[in-house]
Amino acid sequence: MPERDAAERACVFDEVALGYTEEQALAEAARCIQCKNPTCIEGCPVRIDIKRFIAHIQLREWAEGVAALKERNALPAVCGRVCPQEDQCEKTCVLARKGEPVAIGRLERYLGDYDLACDLEHRCKPVVGEPTGRRVAVVGSGPAGLACAGELRRLGHAVTVFESLHAPGGVLTYGIPEFRLPKQIVTAEVGVLEEMGVELVCDAVVGATYTIDELMGEEGYDAVFIGVGAGLPVFLGIPGENLNGVYSANEFLTRANLMRAYEFPMYDTPIWRGRKVAVVGGGNVAMDAARTALRLGAEEVFLAYRRTEEEMPARREEVHHAREEGVRFEMLCAPTEIRGSDGWVTGLVATRMELGEPDASGRRAPVCVLGSEFGIECDTVISAVGTRANPLLTSTAPDLELNGRGYVITGDDGSTSMPGVFAGGDIVTGSATVILAMGAGKTAALAMDDWLRSRDGVIARPDVR
Amino acid sequence: MFPITHKRVLSDSVFEMGVHAPKVARKVRAGQFLMLRTDSKGERIPLTFSDWDTTCGEVRFIVMRVGKTTHKLSHLEVGQELADLVGPLGRPTHVGGLGRVAVIGGGVGAAVAYPVARAMCEAGDEVTVVLGARNKDLLVLEDEFRALPLRELVVVTDDGSAGEKGLVTAPLKRLAEADAIDCSFAVGPAIMMKFCAQTAREHGVPCTVSLNPIMVDGTGMCGACRVSVSGKTIFGCVDGPDVDGWGVDWEQLMSRQRVYADLEREADSEYSKGCSCTL
Ligand SMILES: Cc1cc2nc3c(=O)[nH]c(=O)nc-3n(C[C@H](O)[C@H](O)[C@H](O)COP(=O)(O)OP(=O)(O)OC[C@H]3O[C@@H](n4cnc5c(N)ncnc54)[C@H](O)[C@@H]3O)c2cc1C
Ligand SMILES: Cc1cc2nc3c(=O)[nH]c(=O)nc-3n(C[C@H](O)[C@H](O)[C@H](O)COP(=O)(O)OP(=O)(O)OC[C@H]3O[C@@H](n4cnc5c(N)ncnc54)[C@H](O)[C@@H]3O)c2cc1C
Ligand code: FES
Repeated sequence: MPERDAAERACVFDEVALGYTEEQALAEAARCIQCKNPTCIEGCPVRIDIKRFIAHIQLREWAEGVAALKERNALPAVCGRVCPQEDQCEKTCVLARKGEPVAIGRLERYLGDYDLACDLEHRCKPVVGEPTGRRVAVVGSGPAGLACAGELRRLGHAVTVFESLHAPGGVLTYGIPEFRLPKQIVTAEVGVLEEMGVELVCDAVVGATYTIDELMGEEGYDAVFIGVGAGLPVFLGIPGENLNGVYSANEFLTRANLMRAYEFPMYDTPIWRGRKVAVVGGGNVAMDAARTALRLGAEEVFLAYRRTEEEMPARREEVHHAREEGVRFEMLCAPTEIRGSDGWVTGLVATRMELGEPDASGRRAPVCVLGSEFGIECDTVISAVGTRANPLLTSTAPDLELNGRGYVITGDDGSTSMPGVFAGGDIVTGSATVILAMGAGKTAALAMDDWLRSRDGVIARPDVR
Repeated sequence: MFPITHKRVLSDSVFEMGVHAPKVARKVRAGQFLMLRTDSKGERIPLTFSDWDTTCGEVRFIVMRVGKTTHKLSHLEVGQELADLVGPLGRPTHVGGLGRVAVIGGGVGAAVAYPVARAMCEAGDEVTVVLGARNKDLLVLEDEFRALPLRELVVVTDDGSAGEKGLVTAPLKRLAEADAIDCSFAVGPAIMMKFCAQTAREHGVPCTVSLNPIMVDGTGMCGACRVSVSGKTIFGCVDGPDVDGWGVDWEQLMSRQRVYADLEREADSEYSKGCSCTL
């Protein structure tokens, strides 16, 4: 797929991957051999009919292709960009056994973009079902909440989405940077939902402005979906982490993406632009933070990760892009202290690690090499070592059963310990992926539909389902 | 959008604003705060509720103009709108069962001290208020405080232009030495809270402070607001804003408040160029 040149792009926030042209999409689709037994579909967490949508591309039936995609995935332009296809559909593509798999993700993106380029009238919009007279509150407007809202609308329920921030999209808006997922795509997708009649209420913190009980009581909702994500940042727990210049990836990315601090002072929110930046972690979040720091003008950005590149949970494409743009990888390196003077970061003390026996996650566990401490100079440290469940909502819902780490316990259909209350996405699974969150939102929507209808003594109508 | 329903100038740089936000108004308790954005390019800033009315759905806050956002806010008038207002955030102040309590409000901290003192009075606590300001012009809400059933109201100014001349710690020390208080609550600039907590501690008097670290979301998702209290890192927005003043690492808090000082100055002077206002 064409990309912006690495040196050129490393200082701007424009999207890196440029997408296929029509010829390229046709050429790539032509590589698909339309297997009798399409194993790619087994690799997709939401079982998109990949074979069929690619067949439509081969025949230049763009709108039909979009419709096939959207049967299972409401946000193809988003997923085509951010899904880890190399671990999913493309991994199980038959061609992957001998060589390059079909670039399913890029074809998905092509169709998603095709759809977004149509005017609203010609866009592929799910048909909204007959009004059921039932109202559902969706809490959180990330992928889980958006997918749930769209599906509920299709089934004819009235839907209100409550979002605590001032803009919808969840991680798609505040976390994943513009150069990987232009915000205009998220806005357009949310626009489709609003067009379908989904009501969006921003600046509403459930757990503060409302509680779940109030939504189900005085606010008159018949059911609630909780899709609040896992947004609480984890810090390193080492000395010096409250020095100026230390950020959680969440704060750094929120300032840059949601608040557009990279356009300061046109936008009011400031951000500290370090010259030498250390990012701690090895996931997508760490890559996003590192690449954002480069674009904010850092002369040097390095990534400290305690295992090796092999174990890094980030998508290969992101690792590749980061390296190409000039991010340095400091592997087998575990920070033990952040040094500072006059309240500001001046460097990192780290220990060398080596890989030992496999741990519970199946990856070889890093163990420190005694006496291997060394110092690295830097003026900014970004901690991207994970997030946890935020107790803001759950602490005000005493009847909601949680596991030991504060995540909501659900059945396979997303039902929780509270009747009529369902949940899905990162607040159930812990940090996962966009597509899994969307899948969970959709599954819960179907279960909520059953629940609402059975309560009314009406059997679900198979024609809508 | 959130319509502005009230505005009152209290001093050269301090004003009170009322905004229609009925869903928020019905939940507010003393000591909690809101986050607002003036417009779509604006920063999210925290302000404490100074008053709220559940019948007409209005919330009020008192703002001291210190930089670009508070400056922009000072230009908005009744009939205009704020882009965003969210709340109530943070834990409410603990009131009731406190016995004899000294509430100390410094500068714009008076805006926080007022609803807190009122809630304490309503909960049956015996409240002495110490109100401090740099000078007479910066003294706010004196009349409102006088209308509360306080044991005493002590006014202090740095230059003696109103009330006693001196710092708020002097009356606090006096009250503690006379064994006239069981606990204290201080809110204002960090340096003032630091000395209040220190004075209280010297006399064994517990001192709750209402912290004001830099915030972004106000809901626990970024950690910008972290503060060390008794050796532990807490998030000011969700674990506070009230914390045990004895344990706060004040130097760290004050240093963290200044992270963006240069950028903020640049932004405000740029904005002020095209502006001839006096407030
Ligand atoms: C920087 C970053 C990069 C990532 N990159 C990828 C990637 O490339 N590919 C991929 O598949 N996954 C990626 N992920 C993971 C993916 O984004 C998440 O798994 C996914 O967004 C989870 O969706 P969600 O709907 O459960 O939660 P979220 O996206 O977190 O959305 C939750 C929403 O709920 C709101 N909310 C929270 N609390 C409340 C409340 N009390 N009241 C009202 N609203 C509330 C939040 O503000 C937020 O908008 C990335 C994550 C991050 C942080
Ligand atoms: C819980 C809490 C309650 C507060 N209550 C009040 C109140 O009732 N009345 C009042 O006048 N002020 C209050 N403040 C302070 C107020 O938020 C800041 O004065 C305001 O954000 C300054 O913004 P500015 O753009 O005008 O100034 P800037 O020039 O940007 O900043 C001036 C100083 O204000 C502080 N500040 C800047 N941005 C933020 C931010 N996003 N969050 C917190 N502090 C910041 C910094 O210490 C900075 O050095 C409160 C702060 C907190 C944390
Ligand atoms: S302001 Fe973001 S966590 Fe407190």
